[in-house]
Amino acid sequence: MELTFYVASAIAILATIMVITNYNMIHALLYLVVSFLAVAVVFFTLGAPFMAALEVIIYAGAIVVLIIFVIMMLNLTNEDVQQEKTWLRPKTWIGPALLSLVLLAELAYLVIAEDMPTINNQPVDAREVGLALYGPYLLGVQLCGMLLMAGIVGAYHLGRQKKKVVHRFLERSEI
Amino acid sequence: MEESAPNYLLIIGGVLFVLLNVAAGMIWVERRMLALWQDRYGPNRAGPFGLFIVVADSLKLFFKEDWIPPFADKIVFVLAPTIVLISVLMSFVVIPFAPGIIVVDLNIGVLFFLAMSSMGAYSIILGGWASNNKYSLLGAMRGAAQMISYEVFMGLALMGVVLLSGSFSLVDIVESQRGLWFFIPQIIGFVIFFIAGVAETHRLPFDIPEAESELIAGFHSEYSGMKFGMFFIGEYLGITLISCMVVTLYFGGWLGPDFLPPIVWFILKVGAFLMIFILLRASLPRPRYDQLMEYGWKILLPLTLVNLMVTAAIVLMNE
Repeated sequence: MELTFYVASAIAILATIMVITNYNMIHALLYLVVSFLAVAVVFFTLGAPFMAALEVIIYAGAIVVLIIFVIMMLNLTNEDVQQEKTWLRPKTWIGPALLSLVLLAELAYLVIAEDMPTINNQPVDAREVGLALYGPYLLGVQLCGMLLMAGIVGAYHLGRQKKKVVHRFLERSEI
Repeated sequence: MEESAPNYLLIIGGVLFVLLNVAAGMIWVERRMLALWQDRYGPNRAGPFGLFIVVADSLKLFFKEDWIPPFADKIVFVLAPTIVLISVLMSFVVIPFAPGIIVVDLNIGVLFFLAMSSMGAYSIILGGWASNNKYSLLGAMRGAAQMISYEVFMGLALMGVVLLSGSFSLVDIVESQRGLWFFIPQIIGFVIFFIAGVAETHRLPFDIPEAESELIAGFHSEYSGMKFGMFFIGEYLGITLISCMVVTLYFGGWLGPDFLPPIVWFILKVGAFLMIFILLRASLPRPRYDQLMEYGWKILLPLTLVNLMVTAAIVLMNE
């Protein structure tokens, strides 16, 4: 079980690096899918099969499909890749790299200071996830709901079109 | 796994063998049945009842030139047809064909099926995109939108069954249907699941991603030879999968009166649903793309949510 955990984690990290470094958008997104699948396996080995299934259904199955959908509509060409290269000058890396270094140091400190957490195979099933969501984390669920609602209202507002009536003699539009 | 290893391998091998043969045999069954319902003969020359058309078809698929267009994205182009087969075959892992004849009884069986069927959407999207052809791209976009939206209702319609049986495991779901098959208390859920299943396998009347008359063949117009064959077989496997799921979830799986063994009941029920799939193809016209989306989001989604809430309320009252 531990071996699968480490293999899956390594794949997740490698795939995520490929997502960032790949210039071909669709290939990058394919690596993103692999990364999500690997994370699902990590969840599975950590004893959360329910979360693993949801990870695949929602992230790999729905969200990345939507992203690919948008990318296909954007019709990116080589010019866009060149343009992106000019945006990503080495200078822009300094700030984020410094901040990440601090985080990395913290992480290293935590790993060294604390005992290594062991993988316990206590499966967390759907019932426990539900009880946790609607018990201690109720506020979080409600906030997520509000965020999604805002997204829906925004999408509706942006997507609303004026109804266009096309006729041979008169062309008018009504809301 | 409690069973010994050879037995386990035997089940996997048996399931694979039967499924691939069913998928190939469906080509003949579909053409003959379509012909019957449309008042013509269909393929009836090669062999008894034209059965050898299956052999001829598979031979043709194997020996056709396997051409990758020079303008295509080669890696993704090759990858796409494999995804559909892998995802569909993986879904069969959790289906209980009869007591003991199941590859693995996952305690998240239903979710595993949903996860795998959502992975299937990639084959259409990637296939259409990698072909680098505007008709393919149009088909891929339609397919992506259709599959994402119908997955939502599919998952939510299933949750009614999960609520009633109290388990995600498909074996438990079948066992809890001993008194009453779930299609009676969950009739709305069943209808929605079936419609979503037809859309998910992009069969007629919901074959908008391929729509021969407007998009040539949609996402797979650039595919030939066995790569096209994989899409083709994947589609028939998809139909079989949805029929198996409908039978398992709503029609009591292998349960039935004692005079026939459980596996025969299962096969009979699945066969009936396969026939319904073909009959749908023979009888219904294809809706327009926007009609399909509107029908999904404006009718099916509210219905599913109401069904889920009412089921949950009844389960809660009886507790």
